[in-house]
Amino acid sequence: MTILTARIEVASSCRAASRTMLATDHREILLEAVELTREFDGVKALDRFSFQLRRGEVLGLLGANGAGKTTAMHCLLGLTLPSSGQLFAFGQALHPHRIEILRRSNFSSSYASLPGNLKVWQNLLVFARIYGVPRPMKKIDDLLEMLEVGHLRDRITGQLSAGESTRVNLCKAFLNDPELLMLDEPTASLDPDIADKVRKVVRRLQRERSIAILYTSHNMIDIEEVCDRVIFLHKGRIVAEGSPADIVKRSAEHSLENVFIKIARSGDLEDTNGKEPSA
Amino acid sequence: MNLRIVHALLLRYVFLYTRSPIRMVEMVFWPVVDLLVWGFLTIYLRQNTSGEFPHFITFLLGALILWDILFRAQQGVAISFLEDVWTRNLLNIFVAPVRTLEYLSATFAVGVLRIGVTAVALVLIGWLAYSFNVFVMRWWLIPFFLNLMLFGWSLGMISTALILRWGQAAESLAWAVPFFIQPVVAVFYPVSVLPGWLQPVALALPPTHIFEGMREVMRTGTMSYAPLCWALALNLFYLGLAGGFFVWILNYTRKRGLLTKFSTQ
Repeated sequence: MTILTARIEVASSCRAASRTMLATDHREILLEAVELTREFDGVKALDRFSFQLRRGEVLGLLGANGAGKTTAMHCLLGLTLPSSGQLFAFGQALHPHRIEILRRSNFSSSYASLPGNLKVWQNLLVFARIYGVPRPMKKIDDLLEMLEVGHLRDRITGQLSAGESTRVNLCKAFLNDPELLMLDEPTASLDPDIADKVRKVVRRLQRERSIAILYTSHNMIDIEEVCDRVIFLHKGRIVAEGSPADIVKRSAEHSLENVFIKIARSGDLEDTNGKEPSA
Repeated sequence: MNLRIVHALLLRYVFLYTRSPIRMVEMVFWPVVDLLVWGFLTIYLRQNTSGEFPHFITFLLGALILWDILFRAQQGVAISFLEDVWTRNLLNIFVAPVRTLEYLSATFAVGVLRIGVTAVALVLIGWLAYSFNVFVMRWWLIPFFLNLMLFGWSLGMISTALILRWGQAAESLAWAVPFFIQPVVAVFYPVSVLPGWLQPVALALPPTHIFEGMREVMRTGTMSYAPLCWALALNLFYLGLAGGFFVWILNYTRKRGLLTKFSTQ
């Protein structure tokens, strides 16, 4: 069997497993990408990327740097237009209905901070007004308390630590009670204690409100704790898809972290040349 | 267009300016420096020349104040955009349900506020230091202000579009773009001073009609409505053109993936 044939079979089995899982899932599809391709100067950052995200589901997008996670998220947010393919959210095509879709969604990234020169409550009030949140100050206070950063309400945003800033960004992301949330590396640069708190709050709010979350992270503890299903990307293509436990099982690796490393190095979920699983 | 969103975006800039006295000073400092330099220069020239020169002090100071209306309106758009770039907030704005027109409208409103602050300072100092009363232009001031503000918005959209396209490396355009047209639009001298081939270019730009009109009003106390109509018609044309250019560049940056670079620069 050639390596190419093996790769095709692995990818096919991943998709088949995923299809079986999705076929029994009758929840509403909130976000869907169909054959999404994005090229930058002839290089495919995303290559015929397709997936569905259902209400109440947390889907992790994983992959090494440059695998296409952030490009995918930017396409889904309408920041970057795909070279080809289609995007749907809440059953509507993304680009003609971008504003209606964004009203029901939100986004938080460790790379997009709130303006550092305003107070925390001022920043949150601006976004609460943009989203038309009723009784915005009460909502802001409730969210700050929920994320254990109520004491930061009157602090200058630029003077917050990374952990504090992340939690304030998450307050912004939950302001409009989004049905669809995109979180781009929300625990990057956080210490394990704060990262754990952030994960627990995200998971609690997600379950209480049945939010669909698209989640990227390089932290596999994050992924295992938060995500129901993951997609591994390599060079813009899906190389594995399924629940974190299922993927670990299929790969014959000991942990999701090892699966990540294997895919980052070989682009495959399974060994195709008889090597022992990595330690 | 949703006015609630425009108000929310405007609120952000109000918080920003009221929190930082330095920004308020910046809005007043350079215009006042200009006014003082030109004011003293014209006094000096008046003292050392004879004939009709006394008129010129009023022309120059009037031109300076009106030029600042245009400049501040342009800055309102371009600097507001740059504030979002500098604070890495642009992604948050572009992934919020904010239409391009709402975003631009908020920056136009910032321009109006900036004009208000600067104009009050200049009018007061012009009156106190040089006995120059801007209200000698009477109600003509209203169409002058409006037309210059409209053209400032057009230049603001063009400046912002260029920064969107070329990134932060081009941010000096936020200050430079108005000065590209300053020599041509007859701010401090009549169109007749320009070379013949340049005069049609000058007349194709709305501020030329306003500055010519200003000199006419200050000399005779009145002016024909025709230049104002020309200025307004040209302004509507340039607003449409600049708005179209901005939207085209915005779509281009989305296609090329350039918009996201502002979050990491």
